Amino acid sequence: MTAPIRGTAHTMGHHIDTDAIIPATYLVSTDPIELGKYCMAGMDPDWVNHVEEGDIIVAGENFGCGSSREHAPIAIIGAGVKAVIAKSFARIFYRNAFNMGLLLLEVGDAVDKISQGDTLSIDPAAGTITDETTGESFKFAPVPPFMQEILNKGGLVGYVSDRLESQAG
Amino acid sequence: MRRTLTEKLLAAHAVSGEAKTGSIVQCRVDLALANDITAPLAIKSFRAMGATKVFDKNKIALVMDHFTPNRDIASAEQVRGVREFAKEMGIVHYYEGGDCGVEHALLPELGLVGPGDVVVGADSHTCTYGALGAFATGMGSTDVAGAMVLGETWFKVPDAIHVTITGAMGPWVGGKDLILQVIGEIGVAGARYCVMEFDGPVIEDLSIEGRMTMANMAIEAGGKAGLFAADDKTLAYCAAHNRPNAEKIAADQGAEYQREVTIDVTGMSPRVAVPHLPENVKGVEECKGTTIQQAVIGSCTNGRIEDLREAAAVLGGRKVSKNVRAIILPATPAIWKQAMDEGLFTVFMDAGCVVGPPTCGPCLGGHMGILGKGERAISTTNRNFKGRMGHLESEVYLAGPAVAAASAVAGEIVHPDAL
Repeated sequence: MTAPIRGTAHTMGHHIDTDAIIPATYLVSTDPIELGKYCMAGMDPDWVNHVEEGDIIVAGENFGCGSSREHAPIAIIGAGVKAVIAKSFARIFYRNAFNMGLLLLEVGDAVDKISQGDTLSIDPAAGTITDETTGESFKFAPVPPFMQEILNKGGLVGYVSDRLESQAG
Repeated sequence: MRRTLTEKLLAAHAVSGEAKTGSIVQCRVDLALANDITAPLAIKSFRAMGATKVFDKNKIALVMDHFTPNRDIASAEQVRGVREFAKEMGIVHYYEGGDCGVEHALLPELGLVGPGDVVVGADSHTCTYGALGAFATGMGSTDVAGAMVLGETWFKVPDAIHVTITGAMGPWVGGKDLILQVIGEIGVAGARYCVMEFDGPVIEDLSIEGRMTMANMAIEAGGKAGLFAADDKTLAYCAAHNRPNAEKIAADQGAEYQREVTIDVTGMSPRVAVPHLPENVKGVEECKGTTIQQAVIGSCTNGRIEDLREAAAVLGGRKVSKNVRAIILPATPAIWKQAMDEGLFTVFMDAGCVVGPPTCGPCLGGHMGILGKGERAISTTNRNFKGRMGHLESEVYLAGPAVAAASAVAGEIVHPDAL
């Protein structure tokens, strides 16, 4: 399971789409570092300059709506963001983030109470988010078993290579 | 048990798990698809998985349609990598250049998708094939890479929303207006993680092309798929498009849905989605006075022959405004040739339009129609997110071909009858 995360909260609104996360014009690379430079460029090209390794995005409903481009979670990872907390996620994005190893948490009450710039810590094993700035804590449900199985194989790449090996064996 | 179309299609492909709403099921796939933007990442994941061959070289389609004809060296290099992969794996359905079109218009035309299929594609508008009675959905590159290796993928069987369209369609109203109205009513997250199953008298009368336009935008309501029963019309379409043995399929009468949505379209005028979300839907008359600098007619949503005929019907004998760039992109080579043979290009050229090759270019701000600061476009494409077609301070209005064509003539958004 993912290690504990501690970083600054970057808040945003509802329906943050994949063109906002990584505009199509930058999709001529598959490199996380390169894509990370343009993370959220469709919302604010300067946004990425305020992000540090370990930071956390806190968003409203339907985060990641739009394109199936896996470049979206890759750009977020490339920018150094370790987790996204939202009221809800678009499902293609949810699956992509999972496959790429980006932690997503649907915790609506946390979104309502966390403010821009708060220091957050996430303990995935305990299922808690703590807002160190306000002292408030929020609980989240554990990852569903089937997804846990993929996680245990190190993501989808690990899951498929494992299946290939067992077929060969 | 009475089953939704979603449950029927997934159950027929299940290799493990039960295809009941809410459960997780591992399914065989009939086709796995990627394009010039998503295939490079899929190939990267394919290699990382340690795979050396694809599950079936006949059941993978790689369509180079987004930044093509290649807009720069970086996109040319991406395509080169995909071309080499296709050659190495012996992939039969690789398309680039003269046999290439916009993927979701091309694959139905070639008969590569059809009723009863399960299709996964690394493109969110893969849901278009739901118009033919296929369970088709967009995924990321790594998921599609997994499907390319195993010939299988997992789904959580989604809840289904039953959308019934009734009433009488007015003049210049088509599939685009119907789906915009649905998205306007339920919102861009209204069908999140759900399938929309469409039916009703209006759907029965709608052409397969109109159904494709509707299924195409299911994702714009957050939907995993947008499904239509395969009826006599579907079978006729399939027979004419290299798919001779297609069979009918429909939901069981009395199947249980999560939600019922009924829309009566009697008296409804053409719809327009205003910036910056597809749910911001208004009647065209409410947009009067909105000046535009560009009109785009094409894409996987509305670049088929029916759409081009509709645009030509409006543009015939008229001139595009001096202040507007009108760009027409037939979605496939076959559509291009048909439009040429029918004389539509003469109409477009006489009106002052630019006719381009099949490409997704302008839809996603790729190339061949990028907007500058403060510019506004009316487009038959599917998304009007901020900065979608170019500068962050530009705007996209979504509409059907008739409204886009009429607006190109007027220089502002208008009803075709107002010309």
